[in-house]
Amino acid sequence: MGAIQLEQVLKTFDATTVIQGVDLEIEDGAFVVFVGPSGCGKSTLLRLIAGLEDVSGGRIVIDGQDATNVPPAKRELAMVFQSYALYPHMSVYRNIAFPLKMGGVDQETQRQKVEAAAKTLNLTDYLDRRPGQLSGGQRQRVAIGRAIVREPKAFLFDEPLSNLDAALRSAMRLELSELHQKLETTMIYVTHDQVEAMTMADKIVVLNGGRIEQVGSPLDLYRRPDNLFVAGFIGSPKMNIVDGAHAEKLGAPTIGVRPEHIALSTEAGDWSGVVGVAEHLGSDTFLHIETDGIGKLTVRAPGDVLVSHGDRVWLTPMADHIHRFDAGGRAVR
Amino acid sequence: MATLHTRASARAMLSPAVLLLLAWMLIPLGMTIYFSLLRYNLLMPGLESFVGIENYQYFLTDPAFFDAIWNTLRLVGGILLITIVGGTLLALLLDQPIWGQGIVRLLVIAPFFVMPTVSALVWKNMLMHPVNGLFAWIADIFGMQPIDWFAEAPMLSVILIVSWGWLPFATLITLTALQSLDSEQREAAEMDGAGPLSIFFYIILPHISRALTVVVLIETIFLLSVFAEILVTTNGGPGTATTNLTFLVYAQALLQFDVGLASAGGVVAIVLANIVAIFLLRLIGKNLEA
Amino acid sequence: MARELSPRRRATLTTAAWTIGFLIFFPVLWTFLTSFKTEGEAIAIPPSFLFFDWTLENYSEVQERSNYLRHAMNSVIIAFGSTFLGLLVAIPAAWSMAFSPTKSTRGILMWMLSTKMLPPVGALVPIYLICRDLGLLDTRSALVVILMLMNLPIIVWMLFTYFREIPGDILEAARMDGASLRKEITYVLVPMAVPGIASTLLLNVILAWNEAFWTLNLTADDAAPLSAFIASYSSPEGLFWAKLSAASTLAIAPILVLGWFSQKQLVRGLTFGAVK
Repeated sequence: MGAIQLEQVLKTFDATTVIQGVDLEIEDGAFVVFVGPSGCGKSTLLRLIAGLEDVSGGRIVIDGQDATNVPPAKRELAMVFQSYALYPHMSVYRNIAFPLKMGGVDQETQRQKVEAAAKTLNLTDYLDRRPGQLSGGQRQRVAIGRAIVREPKAFLFDEPLSNLDAALRSAMRLELSELHQKLETTMIYVTHDQVEAMTMADKIVVLNGGRIEQVGSPLDLYRRPDNLFVAGFIGSPKMNIVDGAHAEKLGAPTIGVRPEHIALSTEAGDWSGVVGVAEHLGSDTFLHIETDGIGKLTVRAPGDVLVSHGDRVWLTPMADHIHRFDAGGRAVR
Repeated sequence: MATLHTRASARAMLSPAVLLLLAWMLIPLGMTIYFSLLRYNLLMPGLESFVGIENYQYFLTDPAFFDAIWNTLRLVGGILLITIVGGTLLALLLDQPIWGQGIVRLLVIAPFFVMPTVSALVWKNMLMHPVNGLFAWIADIFGMQPIDWFAEAPMLSVILIVSWGWLPFATLITLTALQSLDSEQREAAEMDGAGPLSIFFYIILPHISRALTVVVLIETIFLLSVFAEILVTTNGGPGTATTNLTFLVYAQALLQFDVGLASAGGVVAIVLANIVAIFLLRLIGKNLEA
Repeated sequence: MARELSPRRRATLTTAAWTIGFLIFFPVLWTFLTSFKTEGEAIAIPPSFLFFDWTLENYSEVQERSNYLRHAMNSVIIAFGSTFLGLLVAIPAAWSMAFSPTKSTRGILMWMLSTKMLPPVGALVPIYLICRDLGLLDTRSALVVILMLMNLPIIVWMLFTYFREIPGDILEAARMDGASLRKEITYVLVPMAVPGIASTLLLNVILAWNEAFWTLNLTADDAAPLSAFIASYSSPEGLFWAKLSAASTLAIAPILVLGWFSQKQLVRGLTFGAVK
């Protein structure tokens, strides 16, 4: 149903190349997340798939058919925008029914489908309201409702949660994942937040400077980053990157160790340093340590660890969790 | 940010407006320029002949032309002076927290919506009439000799009538600009020991200068074409006392039927208006980028 | 501006403002009052302000003598006709410039504005001759088209500034929802821009209603709208002040009311967004 292939997709705006020949295979029913820093081209890529922008080169195949020159209205995709893009002059009911109306669906079927969608999304009591009278979370749900009623081949989400507060965001994350499990339709989701990517995706596509840096499952990317960029982007807090003599000693020009893969001791270890800031989260403690000859390192320690500002500590990277990179930043395996 | 498809439709949807305006601009302009090079009088059909710049020579050396230019300048200058100064003062007053501000505002902007022919006739007859007019009656009360406005000061009369119509425009736009002035700026100046006059010249005037420039330019565009007020009050007279460029061209075309000469006058009017237009377009163009 | 004034100062300023406001409004008020007087009272010295025999005779006589209603109908047809026609051409154009701008968009907008600055008198001779040759002198159609062309730049500009404030996302959402371009404009853009379109309509109706260059030069009687019809009162034999006042009141009242409602948009429309 909703398999999507990108073949050497290229996009240029005037003189700048925004997407540099991307190849990507999205299986039917997958939850794929495009993640990357702002300006990496992830939203542009999504808009190319949607048909809201023309490709400058390459092909987009949706459901086995070349859709490169098909206008957005005919691609049978649904999109949820960052701003929700609800129609402010229509009631919630008419917002959700709009794609059905455009598709020429009869009134009665429209009603059934809208009501079913409203029920799924807990919007039944709000169908008569205007978008302006709804909270952020409710608007989000209307936008999703508008997307699901037409049973598209795939859903496209453009940073849909970035306008919500933190609590609502994690709740919606869960709802979207549940929705995906229920509908089993392809979803492509764009975000700059690697936590959203890690928690929701079957497959993460890390983009940087208009290129795909790596494609893989969340744990793949976490365990086996292909390069320094992915290593630094996936995981929170960030992976520690060490180069120079200390890295050479461990067998590569540059090495990376995640904060959770450094053993902490108050007596002895490979590296030594002084505690700068200790962030106590309760479950964990993040220590920012000024390490001799290396610089700042972040270490994840248990919540009840008792070190504080100014203490000298010793650190030992766990041997089988060290990521090694060559001079060009590629992973050495 | 759009697709080829939308860009193509965008062009298709823009073109009717562009083509219409292009025709509206080029056809009359081309014809006017062409006619201006002909000897062409509607009363003598079939006698058209090419005369080169003779019409321009004739038009530009005609004493009526100099009168018309001078009258146009006096008219535009006088109205601008009255409306800009009056409008600014009035806007400053309306910007104060007075009671019933909304209603006063409605009263003040009313003249703008009165069609030129109505305002000219009402002023000429009911207010400025030397015997039965209201002004004559008021002069009489104060023991003064009533003024025969259109005989003694025809240009001033026209200036007053047109100014009445444009004062609201200047006031409304200046007021809008004033209301966007950050009150903290004014308070800061007060804290720095600035008196009301210095506040006006150093804080308020710079803030509204842009709006005032827009008012000057837009009014100028419209005032260069003042016509109806002159037609129904003085008919350009007495003599040529109130004949401006627009009225002169009208008179030559539709009263003397001299198409060639009138067209030469039209071209001169276009050139003059363009000089003002360039400044206005620059100002608005800058704003478009912001 | 929530500045505190002493009550006395405030009262002084209020009195000054009301006095000036009244003086500026007075000619309109005077016209209105005179329209209810007899011709004798209208020219009486000293004039009576309120205490005269109010009569509606002038209004019925204006209608009987000069067929006022026909001219009013001409005004309505010309003002609304030219504005609706203008909107029909301008809405697609403004859509295209606001949501699919190209490098030349700015240039086109400025050029459109510049056509508005050509003095009408420069086009008088050719337009007059074209209308004469096509038999369009003294017809409403000619005025509808000419006033539409004259105000088209303003209509496009006003719509453009309103459309620019509508987020492009929403139109893209409509496109994703399967709407064709026509449906996108009729179901989404136009309903969302109703306030902007309404004020554009209002301002341009006012401008067309009060237009007095082309109406005076291209009509004689049949197609004359009120702005040209009123001018017939300038001839000496037409000097009946009470009737002039009645006709004037009828000509300006509807547009004055519309104008009062649209005063905010007026600033924006007439300055092409240069003053907000």
